Amino acid sequence: MSEILTGTFKLKVGLAEMLKGGVIMDVTSASEAKIAEQAGAVAVMALERVPADIRKEGGVARMADPQKIIEIMDTVSIPVMAKVRIGHFVEAQILEALGVDFIDESEVLTPADEEFHINKHLFKVPCVCGARDLGEALRRIAEGAAMLRTKGEAGTGNVVEAVRHMRKIQSEIKRLTTLGEEELVAEAKKLGAPLELVSYVHNNGKLPVPNFAAGGIATPADAALMMQLGAESVFVGSGIFKSEDPEKRAKAIVEAVAYFDDPEILAKVSRGLGESMRGIDVSKLPQDELLQTRGW
Amino acid sequence: MKIGILGIQGDVDLHRKKLEEAGLDWCIVKKAHELEGIDGFILPGGESTTISKMLERYNMDKVLKEKIVDGLPVLATCAGTVLLASRIEDGEEEISPLGILSIKIKRNAYGRQRESFEVPLKINLGGREEKIVGVFIRAPKIVEFWNGVDVLGTFEESPVMVKQGKIIAMTFHPELSDGVAVYKFFEEIIKGSV
Repeated sequence: MSEILTGTFKLKVGLAEMLKGGVIMDVTSASEAKIAEQAGAVAVMALERVPADIRKEGGVARMADPQKIIEIMDTVSIPVMAKVRIGHFVEAQILEALGVDFIDESEVLTPADEEFHINKHLFKVPCVCGARDLGEALRRIAEGAAMLRTKGEAGTGNVVEAVRHMRKIQSEIKRLTTLGEEELVAEAKKLGAPLELVSYVHNNGKLPVPNFAAGGIATPADAALMMQLGAESVFVGSGIFKSEDPEKRAKAIVEAVAYFDDPEILAKVSRGLGESMRGIDVSKLPQDELLQTRGW
Repeated sequence: MKIGILGIQGDVDLHRKKLEEAGLDWCIVKKAHELEGIDGFILPGGESTTISKMLERYNMDKVLKEKIVDGLPVLATCAGTVLLASRIEDGEEEISPLGILSIKIKRNAYGRQRESFEVPLKINLGGREEKIVGVFIRAPKIVEFWNGVDVLGTFEESPVMVKQGKIIAMTFHPELSDGVAVYKFFEEIIKGSV
């Protein structure tokens, strides 16, 4: 029989491609996962607590209990993602052993390593990481990330940081395409990223893996905003299950992402959703409570 | 000739690039009225539950079914193939397929993402044998077929590419591998030359 390959980078990025134009929802139980699936989510992120609660309760935030992840995997047919702490490659090994479909090495959890991220090439399961700028994005890809997302500021219900990060990455990509070949080595040094990836972006005007939006998205309009700014899909964390009517809001955000460029539909789906999550003014947050500064 | 690509969710952009590479015109279809004036239609890969629910919510399912039954040529990959199926093994409460293609399909039949795989395949495109790398991502499996379904390719004895009338459907992703042979074959189907 001919050779069968598994765990290739093509297969990892391939799954990310399949998730484009969709919504990935944070869930903390099998019943929430079912609501997300029925609303039309393309995947769920299995968590112990949503970011808003992590923020409130403090303490060390870790990978979810495998029991909970298994219950969620048994309940829905869509892909299941789960988070590991930055640098905690054993949590990633455990998630891979469970058969999770995507691993999020996430700043939302308490970092386990303040110097190194996980070598994501070692895993057959694809990994996603957050980024605030192009240098960070390319470093994560160099480590094997098959998908990126903006970090935003998770658990705030405030989209401002996700917008900042998406705009930053997009404008840095645009700028790279205008440079001469001779400028790329110096640029790679400045970005702190491998020359090979800097050249790829210079030649193609885009990242070599899909780039999604995350961190503070709470309304259909927020989701559509991120899509119009160039995100290829949207992660919604606390925004759904911390709102008054999660079912209705989840459905509305799915429709807003599919029809992100159609204001008539956006107006229709935004009506009567009940109260959004309360939200936090990010500029009032003390520096040491920011999640986005985790990761290097 | 213009080929519409269902643009609600999934790897729409990869299909667009393949059409461009094959020198074919394309447009994105997100609403029922946009199905007018197209000569062929692509149902991309993505999440079949999401796409199915959106087709229903935006009243596209019935119009699309009518068009295909009336002879609109279709190229479907992975989730797209699930959507066309007559029957789905385990999971009809999550998806109502269009019920056009005479197959029974099992979703995620090979396992989870960890079990996704690439394998060289031989497919029969109108009498020509072509080699293609089959990229199977959380792929479905055609477990039964009937009524005039031609099998164009198999893996481990299950059909992975079938043709019925002007429909070609795959459980793998030709948009993720090199070459445009599948798209050229679709062009021939649209022209009526195969």
